[in-house]
Amino acid sequence: MGSASGTPAAPASPTGRTAPVRPGPRRRVAAALHRHAGVRLSLLLSAPLAWLGVAYLGALAALFVTAFWSTDSFTGDLVRTFTWANFHDVVTIEVYRTVALRSLGVAAAVTLIDMVIAFPMAFAMAKVASPRAQRWLVIAVLTPLWASYLVKAYAWRVMLSSDGLLGWGYGLTATVLTLSYLWLPYMILPIYAGLERLPDSLLDAAGDLGARGWRTFRTVVWPLTFPAIVAGSVFTFSLSLGDYIAVKIVGGKSQLIGNVVYDNIGAANNLPFAAAVATIPVVIMLVYLAAVRRTGALENL
Amino acid sequence: MRSTRLVIATAALALAAAACGGGSTGGSTSGGTTAPGHSGFTPPKLEALKSLGAGEGQVNLVAWAGYAEDGSNDPKVDWVHPFEQASGCKVNTKTAGTSDEMVNLMKTGEYDAVSASGDASLRLIASGTAAPVNTDLVPNYKNVFQGLKLKPWNSVGGVAYGVPHGRGANLLMWRTDKVTPAPDSWSVVFDPASPYKGKLTAYDSPIYIADAALYLMATKPELGIKDPYALDDKQFQAAVDLLKQQKQNIGEYWSDYTKAVQSFKSGDTVAGTTWQVIANLVKADKAPVEAALPKEGSTGWSDTWMVAAKAKHPNCAYKWLDWIISPKANAQVAEWFGEAPSNSEACAQTSDKGFCDTYHATDETYFSKVHFWTTPIAQCLDGRTDVKCKDYSEWTRAWTEIKG
Repeated sequence: MGSASGTPAAPASPTGRTAPVRPGPRRRVAAALHRHAGVRLSLLLSAPLAWLGVAYLGALAALFVTAFWSTDSFTGDLVRTFTWANFHDVVTIEVYRTVALRSLGVAAAVTLIDMVIAFPMAFAMAKVASPRAQRWLVIAVLTPLWASYLVKAYAWRVMLSSDGLLGWGYGLTATVLTLSYLWLPYMILPIYAGLERLPDSLLDAAGDLGARGWRTFRTVVWPLTFPAIVAGSVFTFSLSLGDYIAVKIVGGKSQLIGNVVYDNIGAANNLPFAAAVATIPVVIMLVYLAAVRRTGALENL
Repeated sequence: MRSTRLVIATAALALAAAACGGGSTGGSTSGGTTAPGHSGFTPPKLEALKSLGAGEGQVNLVAWAGYAEDGSNDPKVDWVHPFEQASGCKVNTKTAGTSDEMVNLMKTGEYDAVSASGDASLRLIASGTAAPVNTDLVPNYKNVFQGLKLKPWNSVGGVAYGVPHGRGANLLMWRTDKVTPAPDSWSVVFDPASPYKGKLTAYDSPIYIADAALYLMATKPELGIKDPYALDDKQFQAAVDLLKQQKQNIGEYWSDYTKAVQSFKSGDTVAGTTWQVIANLVKADKAPVEAALPKEGSTGWSDTWMVAAKAKHPNCAYKWLDWIISPKANAQVAEWFGEAPSNSEACAQTSDKGFCDTYHATDETYFSKVHFWTTPIAQCLDGRTDVKCKDYSEWTRAWTEIKG
């Protein structure tokens, strides 16, 4: 009987004893990492941080530096001498202000439309639909993202053409409409996630305390989902601000910031000026994020 | 079958030509008598190849999409493999999207030959990247249309810098059921009182300013425009003003062929500038359209195969130059891309016997009215030295302003 209780321990003890004597290199690394949490963390973060630093911020910095250069108009070579000329032109020439304001208006309109459409949709998904229906609705929202951007934009072009389903013609309105459609999922999903975290009991409590629908929305639902809406608006706003393809397809004769950038790179090979124009949306987004930050929405994300 | 091929051909064309439009393709000055040497730059002294040696086994090309097909897009469209078999030179093709990309690729020194458009060709010559071409070593050169030889965009001071590949014109297209009488002038798109307000289209590229300048050449002779690509301040302003006024009547600008095809089919657009191949596509879809060269003439494109000054495989590059303008290959590439071939004997080789007539390949009077695209530079291309002309970056900015 004594031996029976000893047997199970017998195979374990030799390995338990030999393991510290001859640890494999993998083991040793694992042990060292286990002991040094700081090293572990920095190793884990180094790849994404390098990506962020070099590929993302580095590219932005390169863009900004390029904006102070110029090009030789004949050979097309970059002239790497410092000049304010590009920014001076962007600020002083009226057409760039007009285009920037137009892009801003389009981005704001798209964001607003998406907000108005997405909120009820997300609310129905999170609070009204059955769990089974919920899954299907999420899939339904995600499905359009699988289709090509161009296919969707051209579909709108066909629908909006004068012999098409809608026949409203092309222009800025058509652009806003198409972009709203394209970016809608990016608004629905964050709001849906936000609403899912909102406990049903809060809604019940509001009802019990005598609040009607609108008051419950204003005092309970809206403040708690505001960060989610802001998250969605960052997507729709920035995506619309940088878009130049949809407006080429359904925009008729209008142009946005993206087109100006594209024309200067693709047609004129004037990279520095394109870079200067491209800083406009970057600045707008920074201002937007700063404004959002002041509302405290970012802390609740 | 034909229509499928046409669609693929058009896709290839759209790719390349949209790129051409972007980087701006083709190109010459109008008269054809003024060498760029007169207009401000002297090319570096470079020697052309004196005699042809044995092939080096391979050749590296920079080409527009659809210019060097090896059957990968359509098994029947292949003039690269026959070349490889005949010459023993393996072809490595790098497809470029814009003229600027072509110039940058050629500057790396890794490529032997390039299908340069008018603007790129001048820059390649000026920077010493492309060498003069000894046309005696290109037997098929003798059959190239005279109207394409020694032009300002492929030669300097009577020295050839390449062999012509093909050409095409930007035509005026209109819906025959909506636009009556049939227009014979660009005034249908430039007249401020046009009855087709909101249904007109124009090409979405700074190079379209030349179309306005071309119209002004005919309607406002007091401006003294001799070349639509050489505009001084006053002439340029007049063209820009005309386009700003035209914008009121424009329905949409197009830069992508599918857009143009679709809007003419649906009737959203009833008149505007187009390419022959777009007209063919719309007609193939049974939409009532007609395309013609208006009485003022038009703008157009023309490409040139050039050899790099530092080519590592010059013999194979010359063999390729001769191959691509040989009657059979030239006919194939012209049909695939949708342009007029450069070799006069190519017309007998096309699979569609009416091809050369459709594209006016042999019609020199037709092409004498075509001002091939070229990128404007500060030195006036028409030879004036007392004024500075607007360069392409200024054209681009003006185009942004025109669109507002």
